[in-house]
Amino acid sequence: MDFQLSEEEEAFRNEVRGFLDDNLPESHERTPDFLTNWSKQIRERRWVGFSWPKDVGGGGGSIMEQVILKDEMAQRKAPSLGSCFMGLAWVGPAIIQYGTEAQKQKYVPDILDGKYQWCTGYSEPDSGSDLASLKCKCERDGDDYVVNGQKIWTSIAMWSKMMILLVRTDQASESKHDGITCLLVPMDTKGIDVRPIKNMSGGEMFAEVFFDNVRVPVENRLGEEGEGWKVTISALASERSSIAEVHGLIRKIDEVKNLARGTIRAGRVMSEDPGIRRRIAQAETKIEAMRLNGMRFLTKQLKGEPLGSETSINKLHRADLEVGLGELALEILGSSATLMEGSEPTVDGGAWAKYSLNWPEVVIGGGTPNIQKNIISERMLGLPKD
Amino acid sequence: MNFGFTEEQELLRAEVRKFLDQNASLDRVREIVEAPDSPRTEPALWARMAELGWVGLNMPEEHGGVGLDLETTLVVLEETGRSLFPSPLISTVIAGKAIERFGSAEQQARWLPGLADGSKIGTFAFLERSDAMGPEGVETLAKPDGDELVLSGEKLFVSDAALADLFVVAVRSGSDAQSISLVVVEKGTSGAAASSFDVMDLTKSVGKLSLEEARVGVDCVLGTQGAAWPATQWLLDLGAALVTAEAVGSAEAALSITTEFAKERVQFGEQIGKFQGVKHPLAEIYVDVESFRSLVYYAVWAIDQDADDAQVAVSRAKAYCSDAFPQAGIMGVQLHGGVGYTWEYDIQMYLKRSKWVRPMFGDADYHYERVARLGDL
Ligand SMILES: Cc1cc2nc3c(=O)[nH]c(=O)nc-3n(C[C@H](O)[C@H](O)[C@H](O)COP(=O)(O)OP(=O)(O)OC[C@H]3O[C@@H](n4cnc5c(N)ncnc54)[C@H](O)[C@@H]3O)c2cc1C
Repeated sequence: MDFQLSEEEEAFRNEVRGFLDDNLPESHERTPDFLTNWSKQIRERRWVGFSWPKDVGGGGGSIMEQVILKDEMAQRKAPSLGSCFMGLAWVGPAIIQYGTEAQKQKYVPDILDGKYQWCTGYSEPDSGSDLASLKCKCERDGDDYVVNGQKIWTSIAMWSKMMILLVRTDQASESKHDGITCLLVPMDTKGIDVRPIKNMSGGEMFAEVFFDNVRVPVENRLGEEGEGWKVTISALASERSSIAEVHGLIRKIDEVKNLARGTIRAGRVMSEDPGIRRRIAQAETKIEAMRLNGMRFLTKQLKGEPLGSETSINKLHRADLEVGLGELALEILGSSATLMEGSEPTVDGGAWAKYSLNWPEVVIGGGTPNIQKNIISERMLGLPKD
Repeated sequence: MNFGFTEEQELLRAEVRKFLDQNASLDRVREIVEAPDSPRTEPALWARMAELGWVGLNMPEEHGGVGLDLETTLVVLEETGRSLFPSPLISTVIAGKAIERFGSAEQQARWLPGLADGSKIGTFAFLERSDAMGPEGVETLAKPDGDELVLSGEKLFVSDAALADLFVVAVRSGSDAQSISLVVVEKGTSGAAASSFDVMDLTKSVGKLSLEEARVGVDCVLGTQGAAWPATQWLLDLGAALVTAEAVGSAEAALSITTEFAKERVQFGEQIGKFQGVKHPLAEIYVDVESFRSLVYYAVWAIDQDADDAQVAVSRAKAYCSDAFPQAGIMGVQLHGGVGYTWEYDIQMYLKRSKWVRPMFGDADYHYERVARLGDL
């Protein structure tokens, strides 16, 4: 084992650290002006889309450099690298891999510049975990496709300019995975109706999206007709490292520890409660396991071996922790845990109550734990499919 | 950056696995440990392993070892864990490290060559009747008498006690909480008697060392008399890390045996591995084994490098393992149905191994509490 960086990697890390020393103020001193300037600078350095090839405007960073960059940024709680979340996470990679030259030129720079948001139209009312059963209908009509159907749970649909959409172009295909096509759709196209859905926190972050004879030019098809599954699922797979998540969880567990130290109930400091201590230690251990699992996956990648479904390990840990840390905080707080912002005995303005309702985004949104366990048992252990 | 093994280490792994497959199949292991009055090891195999350099792998070359790092030993342990190979390897490695790290040049020259070439078996004797992992658990007294120490007390749960030729013993040198010394007691010392217990896991030998006014020379003290608590703590950490490393192999084997069973056994017209009630627990075991594998890889590295976070790294690994491996053992038996309960099927051997692993060098309670403490709680 060897945790040493090469000379070039070390130099790159120093470059990132130097940049952060010079340009990143403490969290409470970050003004809107700072953000504008910051966005410009990281873009100029090509740290947005750092893993993408240079010829499409990315940074061409090696796997190890990407890790270093993310790690340093996360440690210093820097703002995210780029603002077009889904564009950077999976739309961009799919376009780079499967898009035409014209599509690359049209969309990739805007994603890097964060000009507008993309949303993801995959799930349907009857097709969630079983995504490949999706039915949203799509027929060719001259140089257009005509889309009729419905999507649901589409995050930030109401604020997005573009959608990456999966539709069914072949109703009769033998395998349900065939006959799916991917389209890049402007959200202001006639016939698209976005209806926000209120979630259990009271916020409106996702929406139902209805398609009524929506005409999409054929040139907006990503990849070949019938290859939408390959185009999107392989792109989803490009989302690998858990570094940012691990840092987020470390921050969260530190907050939970502070909460325990500062909460006195029935005359007892909660950080002295053996049950609470053990659960905090368990959560911390699990986070460290995620970090180290990630390092093993990284080592595999660096050796040029393909990563399989073992990354589901960390998805399961993360799901557990997202639920568990919220629950732990509420148990530390006791009765005041249930109060939302405004009531006098709330702690941290009801932040923990709010946090404890956030987990579905991670736990359900990214493929449920049951599905992750299916993936592991079938692909890693070779058990029969159900 | 390489959080994995070198090519040489992978080659060694393949070699050890081949050796164990050929010489220590589970059937053979059963023969060895189920024999009447079995010593719970096979001296001929131990000698061959020593010849191959696997016992003295991390011991200094000048004393007959191979001089490699602890990670290389970890590779061997994963394999001995997989095959439940009964041997005093972990005990001997700990005793060797104690002498190498805390002993004088003379002491190293006196004891290490025998350990490295397998002719002498070593072990570490720490726990007593209180079962306490802290210095307060050490009540065995070392009374100075000229240039000798007179030792009185009883060391329990000593791994490979009945096999060992030399014992690294933690003893009390004063009333100060941390006034602990490490002394080497050789087999045959008058007043020192070792015996073995009946252990649930037949592939492990555990016993006790009684010390009744046993006399050893002060030249048997490792390091400074009365100041060896940090060294003792280090040895406990080393033990926890090595036990966890071996447990990775055992738990992985338990998972693999159960997975193969789930592919073969048919009920309701289906392979039972098709049912989520079967496949999901197996996926959970996989997640756990891979996770404590990562934790212990790092822990072994951290100990070997004297990294700042070595203690917490060890505690995380052992804590996770102490919960997860017994759970894997229980699930393994349960998912086998009735045959899982039989002596004949192998899965029960892994269940018993998990029960041996759980308290060894600290259980989950102990280590999670330590994680909390080291994390400023
Ligand atoms: C906050 C949030 C944001 C989201 N954003 C988007 C988005 O932007 N775009 C998008 O397309 N989708 C989005 N989704 C949808 C998400 O991908 C789906 O919710 C998810 O795939 C589950 O599908 P479902 O809701 O239909 O549940 P179902 O698939 O109906 O699952 C219901 C329950 O059944 C279980 N289950 C289903 N199949 C199996 C099986 N084979 N074995 C065992 N158990 C099973 C599941 O684990 C779950 O517990 C979002 C969801 C959330 C919560």
